Amino acid sequence: MALSDKDRIFTNLYGTQPWNLSAARMRGDWDGTREYLAKGRDWLIEEVKNSGLRGRGGAGFPTGMKWSFMPKKSDGRPSYLVVNADESEPGTCKDRDIIRHDPHKLIEGCLIAGFAMGATAGYIYIRGEYYNESVVLEAAIAEAYEAGLVGKNACGSGYDFDLYVHRGAGAYICGEETALIESLEGKKGMPRLKPPFPAAVGLYGLPTTVNNVETIAVVPTILRRGPGWFSSFGRERNAGTKVFCISGHVNKPCNVEAEMSIPLRELIDRYAGGVRGGWDNLLAVIPGGSSVPLLPKHICDDVLMDFDALREHKSGLGTAGVIVMDKSTDVVRAIARLAHFYKHESCGQCTPCREGTGWMKRVMDRMVRGDAEIEEIDILEQVTRQVEGHTICALGDAAAWPIQGLIRHFRPEMERRIRERHATSTPLAAE
Amino acid sequence: MSAQGPGGGFHATHAVGKAEAAQPTEFAFDAASEAEIEKIIARYPAGKQASAVIPLLYIVQRQMGRVTGSAWVPRVAMDVIAQRLSMPPMRVYEVATFYLMFNTKPIGRYHLQVCGTTPCMLRGSDDVLAACKSAGGLKGYGDTSADGLFTLTEVECLGACVNAPILQVDDDYYEDLDYDSTVRLIEALKRGERPPHGSAIGRQTSAPEGGPMVLTGSED
Repeated sequence: MALSDKDRIFTNLYGTQPWNLSAARMRGDWDGTREYLAKGRDWLIEEVKNSGLRGRGGAGFPTGMKWSFMPKKSDGRPSYLVVNADESEPGTCKDRDIIRHDPHKLIEGCLIAGFAMGATAGYIYIRGEYYNESVVLEAAIAEAYEAGLVGKNACGSGYDFDLYVHRGAGAYICGEETALIESLEGKKGMPRLKPPFPAAVGLYGLPTTVNNVETIAVVPTILRRGPGWFSSFGRERNAGTKVFCISGHVNKPCNVEAEMSIPLRELIDRYAGGVRGGWDNLLAVIPGGSSVPLLPKHICDDVLMDFDALREHKSGLGTAGVIVMDKSTDVVRAIARLAHFYKHESCGQCTPCREGTGWMKRVMDRMVRGDAEIEEIDILEQVTRQVEGHTICALGDAAAWPIQGLIRHFRPEMERRIRERHATSTPLAAE
Repeated sequence: MSAQGPGGGFHATHAVGKAEAAQPTEFAFDAASEAEIEKIIARYPAGKQASAVIPLLYIVQRQMGRVTGSAWVPRVAMDVIAQRLSMPPMRVYEVATFYLMFNTKPIGRYHLQVCGTTPCMLRGSDDVLAACKSAGGLKGYGDTSADGLFTLTEVECLGACVNAPILQVDDDYYEDLDYDSTVRLIEALKRGERPPHGSAIGRQTSAPEGGPMVLTGSED
């Protein structure tokens, strides 16, 4: 049973209607917000916990639990909600649509989340390249202030909540929550060691929770329709609806909100017009943004799109950025380009990542041409293991995983190139 | 330069490198910029005004674009920001050079930013690059055309992957491009036109080509 429109949260995903407050109210936003706040922090957190919502930014941490880590009682110091709108994971463009077409869902979600965690203010950190999107978001926030929905006595609740937009300036690493906090403080985006976690020591050293745009924007609808409605979609521990971004070699690339645990093949066939040249022309899919290992066709045939199913295949749901590659793809080059990406985006703080990403990129570039020895595939694999898990943040892991996936599933192709090149290249005179 | 910490001058020279020759000797915010700065600094708690460093660098870059036609951040402007925000100049140089979107040397009037990351690569970003080079008179990434109109930069994933390939011109995303549509865009820019940004094939934003298959209102 495909998800029906009446169960879609982002009813203006494509921007067919205006983004503004009056249109948003017609879509049901800001309806009864004050009454939900009146039920109190504990009730709100319980509702979110019961819905089974897991973070939509990639890691999939249970949202209600994350909120509950914030101080129960304020010691008089401020605390913050920070929304991660630094959408930069290759293959991912869902938050962009929420921000530019349904910004009031995000703003209302910020108020509710901020109230539930006792935050004094919220900052939405949006990637610098989303300039036009940030203009819409700022205008929508201005509307919300004007209507008394945020700011002093937000929605007449007696709670004061300020909300600001802060633009980044072109650094993937700032999507990592502690790097984002550093950047928001006016520094280079270099991740912090955890612990202490942001809930204890975050922005300006104060309690802070960082949540993804989609995570926050689905909360108002969860309250309106009930946690049971949300958790009725997807398998257990994989609840809800999800915005998927289907890019690459499909007939009709698009964003679409579908139910969690939808089979990958159904997602592509039903919503993206199928694989270019038909399903049998499929080579591989990166199912959750560039950081997760790719899956060859035989796994794609029946894998489900959720956290657990993809993890069983040593990949992940990540951000649900589905990158499809048909048989015309130079798969080694596709992954080598990701190696280039991670080298470019490494902040340079930890040696295994700073040196490792450059080394892996250089070897991958040679693998594209087959200009390597067969044994170097194993050395490359070993180096990815030395980067993975040995850095402050997950960028090192993210750089390692795509290459591990390539070696796991396409080693014969890598070896074929090397043998082919050896067969055709002229030995040096000295040999 | 009295606020400058030990070693700041040396590192600054290193950071901006060979662009030194083009560096102006003074910079002052104009009235439009000042009005924006006032609003921005109010967003952050008292004493935390360093948070405004990225927004102020943007204001500098925008003002330079407005006034000189080349949107970049001269070093002297970084010093002005440091003074305004009471931070060591070194901290501003660090930020200006860490983040890719700040141009620390002059650029052309239009900044052509080609996304070359895998989702765009799969959809033909090589063709977009080739079109930029041939129509814009550019040798490759990092080049500025002889007429000063275009600077070409490779950028990493722009976050619009279902509309790949993307060319970002200054702040605007041009989407669903191919070689020919990229050439047409660049020719229009040369004529001083600014075609509407978004999909080059008439798609409704991120909906599938041919129109949305969901949210069509047909279920109501």
